[in-house]
Amino acid sequence: MKILVGGKKVMEALVLARIQFAATTVFHFIFVPLSIGLAFVIAVMQTMYLVKKKDVYKKMTQFWGKFFLINFAIGIVTGIIQEFQFGMNWSSYSRFMGDVFGAPLAIEALLAFFIESTFIGLWIFGWDKLPKKVHLASIWLVSISTMISAFWILTANSFMQNPVGYAIKNGRAETTDFLAVITNPKVLVAFPHVIFGALATGAFFVVGISAYYFLKKKDLDFFRRSVTIGLVIGLVSSLGIAFSGHSQSQYLMGAQPMKMAAAEGLWEDSGDPAAWTVVANIDTENKETKMSLEIPYALSFLAYGDFKGKVEGMNTLQAKYEKLYGAGNYIPPVKTTFWNFRIMAGLGGVLVLLSLMGLYMRRRGTLENKTWFLKILVATLFFPFIANTSGWIMSEIGRQPWIVNGLMRTSDAVSPTVSAGSVLFSLVSFTLVYTLLAVAMVVLFLRIIKQGPHEKQMDDIRDSDPFSEGGISHATK
Amino acid sequence: MQLSEIWFLLIGVLFVGFVFLEGFDFGVGMSTKFLAKNEVEKRVLINTIGPFWDANEVWLITGGGAMFAAFPHWYATLFSGYYLPFVVLLLALIARGVAFEFRGKMNSVKWKKTWDWSIFLGSILPPFLLGVLFTSLIKGVPIDKEMNMTAGFFDIVNIYTVVGGVAFVLLTYMHGLMFITLKTTDSIRERAREQARKLFLACAVVVVLFVALTGVYTNAFADRGSVLIPLYALAIVLYLALYPLLKNKKEGFSFVTTGLLLILVMASFFIALFPNVMISSTDIANNLTVYNSASGEYSLKLMTIIAFTMVPIVLAYTVWSYYVFRKRVTDKEHLEY
Repeated sequence: MKILVGGKKVMEALVLARIQFAATTVFHFIFVPLSIGLAFVIAVMQTMYLVKKKDVYKKMTQFWGKFFLINFAIGIVTGIIQEFQFGMNWSSYSRFMGDVFGAPLAIEALLAFFIESTFIGLWIFGWDKLPKKVHLASIWLVSISTMISAFWILTANSFMQNPVGYAIKNGRAETTDFLAVITNPKVLVAFPHVIFGALATGAFFVVGISAYYFLKKKDLDFFRRSVTIGLVIGLVSSLGIAFSGHSQSQYLMGAQPMKMAAAEGLWEDSGDPAAWTVVANIDTENKETKMSLEIPYALSFLAYGDFKGKVEGMNTLQAKYEKLYGAGNYIPPVKTTFWNFRIMAGLGGVLVLLSLMGLYMRRRGTLENKTWFLKILVATLFFPFIANTSGWIMSEIGRQPWIVNGLMRTSDAVSPTVSAGSVLFSLVSFTLVYTLLAVAMVVLFLRIIKQGPHEKQMDDIRDSDPFSEGGISHATK
Repeated sequence: MQLSEIWFLLIGVLFVGFVFLEGFDFGVGMSTKFLAKNEVEKRVLINTIGPFWDANEVWLITGGGAMFAAFPHWYATLFSGYYLPFVVLLLALIARGVAFEFRGKMNSVKWKKTWDWSIFLGSILPPFLLGVLFTSLIKGVPIDKEMNMTAGFFDIVNIYTVVGGVAFVLLTYMHGLMFITLKTTDSIRERAREQARKLFLACAVVVVLFVALTGVYTNAFADRGSVLIPLYALAIVLYLALYPLLKNKKEGFSFVTTGLLLILVMASFFIALFPNVMISSTDIANNLTVYNSASGEYSLKLMTIIAFTMVPIVLAYTVWSYYVFRKRVTDKEHLEY
């Protein structure tokens, strides 16, 4: 009886720890891609300032820089939790995996965080203190180090998806081939995919806000230049997302077929060639997928880059894994994986289309008068955020029940000594603080948008207090 | 020397670097409540650490990352064992980090007050919590055979550890005041020095009490006396030298002295621990040591190469950034934060 009660408590702590990890990570990854994307956009703008020597590019750098810095600050502080959370909530995982998993995290700090934090200080405070070229180099170093940081954290994550370059020694995973760890096929496809996703996030942020100013008919010259940079980076990166996404799915077919099958709602083996399901009604209880709308040949292409080849279904794989790993459920939450995949891929396609249309209109000079299209572009600002999030949900949920694919289950990874009550306390306090941060950020963003690019000093506007009555509505006016 | 011992040393260096650097910006953060008389002075104070605080904090993050990579068991036991203190530490660091960036972005009294409190609490809680944490580490906490730490509230919070926490707060505050005398002008610079002189005795009492309690509650002097006693003697000499330095307005030397004191205190923790990384109060057989909690040779070797290549580069551009912003901060110029 006592064991049962103890067991239940561990279960509760596990569920809460998973919710906390999901919540803090999803929140963190709202800010990270925008930081990576905007750092790059700003670096491009500042480069144009030095090349073309026009003051408007300096103003652009500073205006978009305001959004960047606010966002960057939240990205940094929410990242500290990520660094410590493995030990706090997932101590069994840390013991088993630390030898392999710790190195990329430590390298990330040494190689990326130091550069990022030092040079962002130099950039913010160095406008009048550094030679122009050195100042420009600072923002490029920030931009590059955000990407280096992404590489190392993705290297760590890729090991969880597709463990390579290790051996089980002393009851844990130990690195035997570091080169294999950093050239994991998973990281080679995930890194470009995530970076293009981040660049698109930054680009469409600029495009969306510029579209808003076109609708208001304010500062047209300034935002014409901004929107062109945004659209060009947006087009290149959304095409990059599509191609790297395709290589992701081919990788998935080989290394994580269960995730692939779940993402397709495919219970039984497909025919050959395999059709791709656009939408479907998935019944997880009876293990059936009904009323699906299918595109012939497309799944074969997605999985193999060819119009033939069949794809294994979840039932087949479940039987295989039972033989390999013993009894248990090896099927991840199918609906979550299936729908998040579609949201991500669908929005990715929309981004390609919209940036093409936007660039065409921009070239013909009609963009700023097309009210309907501008309204869509304002909404598009949010699409990359949604796509980034659903992509990660698909990737992490689709790996379940494993925390490290085939090596360790999520349920075995949690800290045995941390009580459900403690996790509940941290979950509630982190959520509360994160909500406040998000509100503060929105208030500040709306203020910057309201002030526009030509406001001289932030301090000059005195009367809007977001915490007093009507404050927020004032700020949005 | 084994690789695991080198890594213990390296992590020690990271934490020493952390208290030396982040120590003064914790102190400056606290001083916004105790030293600044008005809004302009507050902004001057915050701007003295504006370009530096973020990079200083990375020393802590790197220390955590290095622990994970080199001593997975240490990382796992420590962070899960001190779960709630770490939650509070994280909340404090979050509040503080965004506050610097957000505070000046809106000119409303309530907005600024909110972030002022974030800066203050975010600057005073971390040194206190870290002081408590390291003090309880050398005292020992209950650790079972599976290397899991099962500490209750009073294992972590007791007279000894609280004194350790307060000592850290006072030392970082003194260090921050010294930094202010180096980076500001006129009246605030004078007042920072005055405040340090007034605090001199109180700080001495707490630190001496801390050393005395270390003798009572730990075996540090019995085990490592040959190193610790000269080290503490040096600390006393340095501390006594601080008073004339303050009096004669030797700002640079004063800053170096408070910095060295913090370094010595942090180093004393690592010396007292070695070769353990965590001491079990239940059974010394359950101690985590640099040998039984380390990563494999391959990983350690790899990390050593990377660390020895990267750390000098990091130090070089860090020094350069302090050189770029070497001038004193005044309200006559544009204040970014």
